[in-house]
This record gives sequence, C-alpha cells and structure tokens, in this order.
Amino acid sequence: MNANVTAMPGRPETAESDVHEQRALGFWLYLMGDAVIFALLFMTYGIMVGNTVGGPAGKTLFSLNNAALETALLLVSSMTFGFASLASRAGNRSAVLSWLLITFVLGAGFIFLEVREFLGMIGAGAGPDRSGFLSAFFTLVGTHGTHVSVGLVWILIMSGQVVFKGLSVPVVSRLFRLGLFWHFLDIAWVGIFSVVYLPGLL
Amino acid sequence: MFGKLTIEALPLYSAIAAGGALVTVGGAFIVFVVITWLKAWKYLWTEWLTSVDHKRIGVMYIVLALIMLMRGFVDAIMMRAQQAMALNSNGYLPPEHFDQIFSSHGTIMIFFMAMPFMTGLLNIGVPLQIGTRDVAFPFLNSLSLWLTSAGAGLVMVSLVIGKFSTAGWTGYPPYSGIQSNPGVGVDYWIWALLISGFGSTLSGINFVVTILKRRAPGMTLMRMTPFTWTALCTSVLMTFAFPALTVAAGLLALDRLLGMHFFTNELGGNMMNYANLFWIWGHPEVYILILPAFGVFSEVVSTFSRKRLFGYESLVYATAAIAVLSFTVWLHHFFTMGSSASVNAFFGVTTMIIAVPTGVKVFNWLLTMYRGRITFHPSMLWTVGFVVTFVIGGMTGVLLAMPPADFLMHNTTFLVAHFHNMIIPGVLFGYLAGYMYWFPKAFGFRMNEPWGTAAFWFWIIGFYLAFMPLYVLGFMGMPRRMEQYNDPSWQPWLIAASLGAVLILIGIACLVMQLAVSIRDRRKAADVTGDPYDGRTLEWATSSPPPPYNFAVLPEVRDREPLLDMKERGVVWQRPRAYEDIEIPKNSAAGVVLGGLAFVLGFGMVWHIWWLVIACGLAMWVTLALRASDDESDFVLTAAEVAGIEGARYRSMGNPT
Repeated sequence: MNANVTAMPGRPETAESDVHEQRALGFWLYLMGDAVIFALLFMTYGIMVGNTVGGPAGKTLFSLNNAALETALLLVSSMTFGFASLASRAGNRSAVLSWLLITFVLGAGFIFLEVREFLGMIGAGAGPDRSGFLSAFFTLVGTHGTHVSVGLVWILIMSGQVVFKGLSVPVVSRLFRLGLFWHFLDIAWVGIFSVVYLPGLL
Repeated sequence: MFGKLTIEALPLYSAIAAGGALVTVGGAFIVFVVITWLKAWKYLWTEWLTSVDHKRIGVMYIVLALIMLMRGFVDAIMMRAQQAMALNSNGYLPPEHFDQIFSSHGTIMIFFMAMPFMTGLLNIGVPLQIGTRDVAFPFLNSLSLWLTSAGAGLVMVSLVIGKFSTAGWTGYPPYSGIQSNPGVGVDYWIWALLISGFGSTLSGINFVVTILKRRAPGMTLMRMTPFTWTALCTSVLMTFAFPALTVAAGLLALDRLLGMHFFTNELGGNMMNYANLFWIWGHPEVYILILPAFGVFSEVVSTFSRKRLFGYESLVYATAAIAVLSFTVWLHHFFTMGSSASVNAFFGVTTMIIAVPTGVKVFNWLLTMYRGRITFHPSMLWTVGFVVTFVIGGMTGVLLAMPPADFLMHNTTFLVAHFHNMIIPGVLFGYLAGYMYWFPKAFGFRMNEPWGTAAFWFWIIGFYLAFMPLYVLGFMGMPRRMEQYNDPSWQPWLIAASLGAVLILIGIACLVMQLAVSIRDRRKAADVTGDPYDGRTLEWATSSPPPPYNFAVLPEVRDREPLLDMKERGVVWQRPRAYEDIEIPKNSAAGVVLGGLAFVLGFGMVWHIWWLVIACGLAMWVTLALRASDDESDFVLTAAEVAGIEGARYRSMGNPT
C-alpha cells in the first residue's frame, strides 16, 4: 500500500521508510476508528429514518440533482487527488500543486452545495430540531461534511508544505496519508448517497 | 461574555459541597506553592510536562490515576456513610448532592483512575518488554496523556464551578437530556468523556502500531510477553470501541446544545439507541481495563513462582477470544429494555461463552503456581487475592447472564456488588500489582514490602466487608443509588459495608505510607542491576530507570523469555564492541499546550462561552499545523554519549564482563 514512497529512487534510507510504514498503519487504524463512527451514525439514521413525526420526509426535502452534482464533484476530486499522488511520485512539484488546487476547488464546491442544501432545509422549517429523522440526517451528512472541511484545510496546509519544503520524504509521506483520508471520505459519501439520498427519493 | 457562567455557579448551596471545593482549590494551591518554593517549575516543564519519553509519560499517567483514586474513593466513602445513616432520614447529604457523588465516583474511577493507570502501565511495560526505544508516535503519546488530564481537570473543576452530572456514570437519557437536566452537570460529564476518550483512541492506535511494528529482532508474535499480548488486544479494543463512546456522548451533546431529537421523549427520539451505543463501547471497555491486568498477573505469577507461564498459548488465544467476544455481549447491560426473548437469549449465551476463556486463564495462573517456588512479594499477594475473589465475581456474573435472573437483579445492589467484584480485584488489584512490580524499573529502587503487604490485607478484607453485604441487599431487593430508605432490615448490612470502606481507607493510607517510606529508604533499596527479581523478560535487561533510549543495542530475541534465555546462555549484560548514534525524539510543548486548550475549550462548551470555544479551536488548529510541519522532531545522541551512559552503568554493576 505504500510501496510508492519506499521505492522512491534516490531515497533508500530504511529508517525513514520504517517511519512512513508505521505512520501509514497508524493512519489506517485511525480511519477504521472513524469508519466505526460512520457505521454507528448510519445505524442511527437507519432506525430514525421513519421518525418524521408529521414533519417533512426525504422525498420532499432531497433533490436528486443536487445530490448527483455533489457526488460528481467529490468523485472527480478523488480522481484529481489521485493525479496529485502520481505527480508526487514522479517528483513533479508544480503538477502536485496544481492537482491539489483543483482538488481543493472541487471539494469546496461540494461543501458549498451541502451548506446551501442545509440552509435551504433549515429555512423551510426542516432543521435538525424538527424531528428524529432530521436530527439523524443532519448529523450523518454534517459529520461527513465536517470531515471534508477538515480535509480542505489539510490540503491547504500540505500545499504550503509543498511550496516551502518541496517534495521531501516527510511531505510525500503526509500527502500519502491525506490521500487515504480523502479517498475514505469518498467511500463514506457513496454510502450516504446510497443509504440517504437514493432510498429517500425513490 | 461568560455564557451561562455567573457567580451563582459557586457551590455555596451546601457546606459539604463548599468544603469539597475548598479542598480542591486548597490542594491545587498547596501544590502550586510547593513547586514554586522548590523552584521546580522549570525542571517540571522541561523534564516532565513536555517529555515525550514513554517511561515518563507512564509515570505521569499513574500519578494522575493515583490522585483520581483518592478523589473517587472520597466519593465512595461519602456514599457508604450516607447509606449507613439514611434510614428514615435524610442522612447528611441532600439528594442532589448524593446523585452528583455517585455519578462522579463512577466517572472518575473508570475514566480517570482505571484508564490512566492502565495506559501508564502500558507505557512503562510494553516498549521495554518488546525491546524498542520508544513507542511508534511519541508525540501522540504525550497528546493522549494531556487530553486525558484535560478531561480529569474538567471533572475536578465541576467541584468548584457549577455542579457535576446527577445522571450516573452512564448518563442515560431522557434523564440526562436538557429537559430533565437543564444545568451544566451533564455537559461537564459529556465534555470530560469526549476529550479524554479521543486521547484513549489515540493511545490505542499508538500501541497497536508499536507492538506490531517495533518489536526487537527475533521477537515473533508468539514470543511476546503475556502482558504485551493483553496490551495489543486492549489497544485494538480501544481503537475500535472508543469511537462508539464518541458517538453516544456526541449525539447527547447535540440533543442538549442544538435541540436535536436523538434520545428525547418527543419528536421521534429513541432513547434506547443511547443504551445500545453506550454499551457498544461500554462492554469492550470492561475488557480494555481487565485484559492488561490479566497480563500483569501473568508476568507476576511467572516471576514470583520462578516458572515459565503454564499454557502460554492457551492464554494468548483466550485473550484474543475475549477481545473478539467482548463486542458481542453489550446487550446484557439492558436485558430489561424489552427486546424479544430470542435477542436476550442470544446475548445471555454469548455472555456465558465469554466466561470460558476467562476461566482458562484462571487455570493458567493456578497451574503456574503449582510446584513453583513462590515468593510472596506484594505483587504476588494482589495476584492470589485476585484469583480467589475474581472467581466469586465471575460466578455472580454468569448468574446475571441469565435474562430471567437479570430481570430480578437489574438495578439492585447485587449488580453493584457484582461489577465491583470484577473491577476491584480484576482491574485495581492488577494495576496495583503492576505498580509495585515495575516501580523499581521506573525509579531505580524497590518499594517497601511490609507496607505493601499491609495495604493488600486491608484492601482485600475491606473489599469483602464492603461488597458481600451488597449481594445480600440485592437479594433483599434494595435498588442501587438510594439516597434514603425506610426498610430497617437493610441498615445493618449497610453499616457493615461502610466499615468495609473504612478498612479500604486504611488500605489507601498504607499505599501512601508505602510510597513515602520507599522514597525515604531509596538508597538502601537501590537496584543497581536493573533486575531486582531475577526476571525473565526484556524490561529487566536494561538499567533502572532505563536510559532515554532504553537499549543501547537492540536485543536479539531467541526465546519467549529472552532475558532468562540470555542468562542461561551466559551472554547477559555483555558489553557490546561499539555503540552507535541513537536518534531520540525531542521534547515538545505541543502536547501539553493542546491538552490545556482542550480543557478550556471543554469549559467553554459547558458554559456556552462561544468566543472562548472558537478561540481555543483556532489555537488548536494552529498548534497542530505547526507541529505537523515540523521535520526536526528528533535529536541525535552520539555514540560517545551512549558509551558514557552505558559505562557508568557497568561501573555501578561492578564491571561484569
């Protein structure tokens, strides 16, 4: 999973590759813990989806166009992050920066759409305090959105590191973990799209 | 400006609460004055608070645990005194205050006594036993410590500013919801748990990676010490169970802060979901606490019986089986919720099954002692006391595992007696055994044994006297957490239980005396070899206290008991031909700074001081970003410096070849 960095030409120090390997494993474990959080939020959503207590349900609240556009933005951003990873392996600093920038813009577009959707719902009297269903919806989708926002800040920090430090071993190692994080959020979103939006609308 | 915080928050509603606040503030003030008087602030900051050395972090964890043990015990003896006198009367505690006391007792003992004690022992024991120079993520280790301390700090502050939760240590809604509990108590409880819980998740990740990736050459998984095995299983559980606590407490916080309806009575809330979420964490937590204690017992019983552990492999498999099964029994905490008979039966059966691997371990320890040459070091006494007492608790547990029986016992003092019967011998005795066992390793001198022995006897007799009556009271139908009662047949048993608490108080006094006497006699009890018990595992191969790098040359492991193996081959403590440069992580203030910010952030969340929350949040981000961009987190100890430290050790040992 991390051969890309350990096999990097010209940087054969074993100690550093050990460090990278340990950090990658630690980060995987963190992501699995995070996955438990998402799993329990999905479970909570599942048992509360019917608790609309006379309030609006997903059918009237969700927009397939909006959800589809969000999905497209996030999936494409995962691909552009992949290009950034490839560029970091090739040692191409300006390409890494450009792809990170594009990923940031796509992610920010996703957050924009999500915030607009949330504000629209709250404005229409369907805020998280309206019913158990809406509490579960806002919390599950909002937790994902918070993660994406954290990822955006992290992309900015890493872009700064690429500018000031170049593609040094520690920077590439951090980019690798940022990539794991970003792709993980994609998987979580696919779950949200298929558990929240599709059944809500169909 | 200060949110909900006003001068009313001071605990002037009762003399006892005000007294508790005064003791807390006074204690903090005395510590402050003493440190200032000793001019020790700089030493404390550079050598301890900013340290990322796992041994020092371990010591700090255990200091925190012992302080919180005192606080939690004061709560306990106050409850016992109240119940002993509250027949047809109000006793001396108003109901509101009594409720705070039982809530803080449980919260403190689980989260801020047992968890830090356990993490402290892991920090001291595991890296040395696997022959590595540090944990995988030394800075995260420091961060975990300070997040745990921040949580403990919030519980302590609730004594002085505002009130603590009255909803018990489990905080069940709807009683813990905003309608029934509009004050700040539950918020203190939530934020203490969220902050320290995140620290525990990080500790779990840290130790899984450390154990899987940093073992000395030759140390295969099946050559790891039993303590390391239990530490590995516990760390896996911490990594995967604590997120459930984060979800349970987080959703409750959303209910309270933003008016959501996860667990409310109205508008589609589902309060039983809370019970499920809480115990999905809560039951693995029992094993998170108890497995490392099992590990300590295994080390102690083998060392002080002078025998290899009997049935090592069965113990390892039993540990792993317990870790997996611990995720399958959570529903037995609320059989009375009203699930179908088949669901209750399933969880009843899994609960009985999980008792089997635990039973296997009892035979491991007994058969290790069989025909061993036993030395009754205090650690060994705690172990023997544990085996006998724990089996009784195990039997009452299997009793409760039957749903029909549980329906009768649910929420009675029988349950209280049962889980104290598991946790006091199974967790606390284990940690105290580990504390006395590894104390010479951490400080370079042995602990006083007579005072340790006295502590053991007061604790165990006090335990039986305090908790056996609660079994009886449970059969008599006494519910737990009663501030007053009107059944005179209960009172004699409650008086007996309070006398048990007094014996335990003497036991705690003996622990304090033991520490004081040991420090006074430290020169006489100095341990120059680093191997005070003729040990069998790697932690005894290095000096006491170990140098910052633990091992000048990483040991080659050829056996399950590597030090014994080296002794038998006659290659122990040989001087290497040459030393090499060693990279050591630099101290970092970021951990203690982040912990302090988390504490203030939690305080702001409790009192709705939003500007403070935002400021702390931003400051935490900046601190993290700076720390995460630091590429020079190590410094190099040169071969000559290492040779100097090692040479001094060999001279003090009388220059063995």
